[in-house]
Amino acid sequence: MMYTRPKVTTSVTEKAVTPIPRKTVRQQRLKLAVKNWQLYIFLLVPVAYLLIFRYYPMLGVQIAFKKFNAAKGIWGSPWVEFYNFEKFFKSYQFSRVISNTLSLSFYGLLAGFPIPIILGLCLNALRSQRYKKLAQTIIYVPHFISTVVLVGIVLQVFNPLVGVYGVLYSLATNGNIAPDILGKATAFSHMYVWSGVWQNMGWGTIIYVAALSSVENELHEAAQIDGASRFKRVIHIDLPKIFPTATTLLILNAGSIMNVGFEKVYLMQNSLNLRQSEVISTYVYKIGLAAGGGDFSYATAIGLFNSIINFMLLVTVNWISKKISSTSLW
Amino acid sequence: MVDREAVYIMSDYELCSSKQKITLSKDDKIFYSVINVMLSLIVIMILYPLIFIISSSFSSPDAVSSGRVFLWPVDFSLEGYKAVLSNKSIIIGYRNTIFYTISGTFINVIVTLIAAYPLARRNLPYKGILMFLFTFTMLFSGGMIPTYILIKDLKMINTPWAMIIPGAISVYNMIIARTFIMNNIPDELLEASQLDGCSDTRFFFKIVLPLSKAVIAVITLYYAVGHWNSYFSAFLYLNNKNLYPLQIILRDILIASQFNPEDIIDPEIMSAKIGLADLLKYSLIIVSSLPIIAFYPFIQKYFIKGVMIGSLKG
Repeated sequence: MMYTRPKVTTSVTEKAVTPIPRKTVRQQRLKLAVKNWQLYIFLLVPVAYLLIFRYYPMLGVQIAFKKFNAAKGIWGSPWVEFYNFEKFFKSYQFSRVISNTLSLSFYGLLAGFPIPIILGLCLNALRSQRYKKLAQTIIYVPHFISTVVLVGIVLQVFNPLVGVYGVLYSLATNGNIAPDILGKATAFSHMYVWSGVWQNMGWGTIIYVAALSSVENELHEAAQIDGASRFKRVIHIDLPKIFPTATTLLILNAGSIMNVGFEKVYLMQNSLNLRQSEVISTYVYKIGLAAGGGDFSYATAIGLFNSIINFMLLVTVNWISKKISSTSLW
Repeated sequence: MVDREAVYIMSDYELCSSKQKITLSKDDKIFYSVINVMLSLIVIMILYPLIFIISSSFSSPDAVSSGRVFLWPVDFSLEGYKAVLSNKSIIIGYRNTIFYTISGTFINVIVTLIAAYPLARRNLPYKGILMFLFTFTMLFSGGMIPTYILIKDLKMINTPWAMIIPGAISVYNMIIARTFIMNNIPDELLEASQLDGCSDTRFFFKIVLPLSKAVIAVITLYYAVGHWNSYFSAFLYLNNKNLYPLQIILRDILIASQFNPEDIIDPEIMSAKIGLADLLKYSLIIVSSLPIIAFYPFIQKYFIKGVMIGSLKG
């Protein structure tokens, strides 16, 4: 995820610093490019793919400013300027989908961010290597479960009649039938976030355990001689070691705060929890592609609004991250 | 405050591996029991739903629908699996998913490698622009609707191509491969082979590919699991039952509870279908995750390697 630009000084850029005429630099670069022509042949297919499947749809966002007409296509449809955006800002769904999106991400970040850190510190402090290996193997498993199966598991476990939840509830209350929490709007965010924590907390530890493995043993030994307990060593040696990693991850996560994925939310939605569970991506789908939708322009406008905010957030947090920890996404 | 004996200088690893009995201070004893209990709780929390599902899938329809399964299978039976395997749409979905996974992954890996190799070269002219072309797509996209219109204009709706082509490359995986190539194939190797008159293409096939086996394994597995679990593109681009991948069938049965009795061919199973609906869900979860469960112990290290390379600072 994090990736710092390698500090490579190519012969070309080196020469660009010295006062050699620009023309020569350009010529030399071209010459080198011609010499490496085979490398560009390699890039032909991937770049063509990007242009068609990634960049062409970016041109397609112009229908957000148009009244899309299938017969006239993307380019021929008439302009309506900001009509679709105004429609979205004025609609009663605007504040609902934005606040649902934001609250789901904030809640998810708040719950999902610290847990892998604590878990990673615990794993690292374990004395039995065998138990550590076993625990790691088990806690990574949920990461590989598909979204559909995960939601299926949630629905089964919390089924008020046959699920563990329903059975325990009726045992505890002398045979009463459990209330259907899957249909409760207020329960949606908890189910969404904690099932996500269940799925990803183990996987999230990998990066921290790796950072902790580079702690010098001498530090621990010195601290031990000075009489530091293991807990104190966690706080004063281990925690500072993973602090930079954690900061970077937090900053990068903050960049996607307006970006709640479609799949899981859509699968967990039902008519009863819609008030709390409609987020931007699912709303775009419903306006644009679902049965009864079909307003391509309006849906594209909402999607574009979201993409632009995501983009600005990412660029901003990346800039902050570069300043603070010199780690950057690109 | 600390026991003198515990201070005997040993690293944590030695502490745990040595047979020698070491007395811990009181603080440390409490600390270790707390983390042991905490970790055990978390492991149980993660494991329990999985065990519950496995056990349920091996129980009788009656035991499942009356909620008698807690930890171990009750009235062991294979009814659920029989029902899954005699369901036509599940079999078709399974077949389709295998096809999409193999062909999709194959294309993914090729496109990723042929992009990663040139971009890993230190002195490739115009590399900056090219890299920007790739990374920018991680930041901004046309979105759901314009992409849909494109797929429709390309006449890919309701064809297997819609499952394979639109996601032909993940830039994230490309960067993993590129980072690996940059860090593991020394420049000297390239210079030496260039002196010997080796072309860039030959270098790719004879040197880069054999030396990049580890990262090829990593991205292959990333892509394959992605295809196996993918549901979104089929959901958007397919509405022909014969093309549905497993995940769409799973959604219909697990989540929308659209269980079509006509799909059950066996009349004996038909009679028991009422109690079977829930049991079938459990068995289906297991059957659909089987390839990943089966390979998981062997491939785990490659996934972790991927995370490590992905977080490398170039």
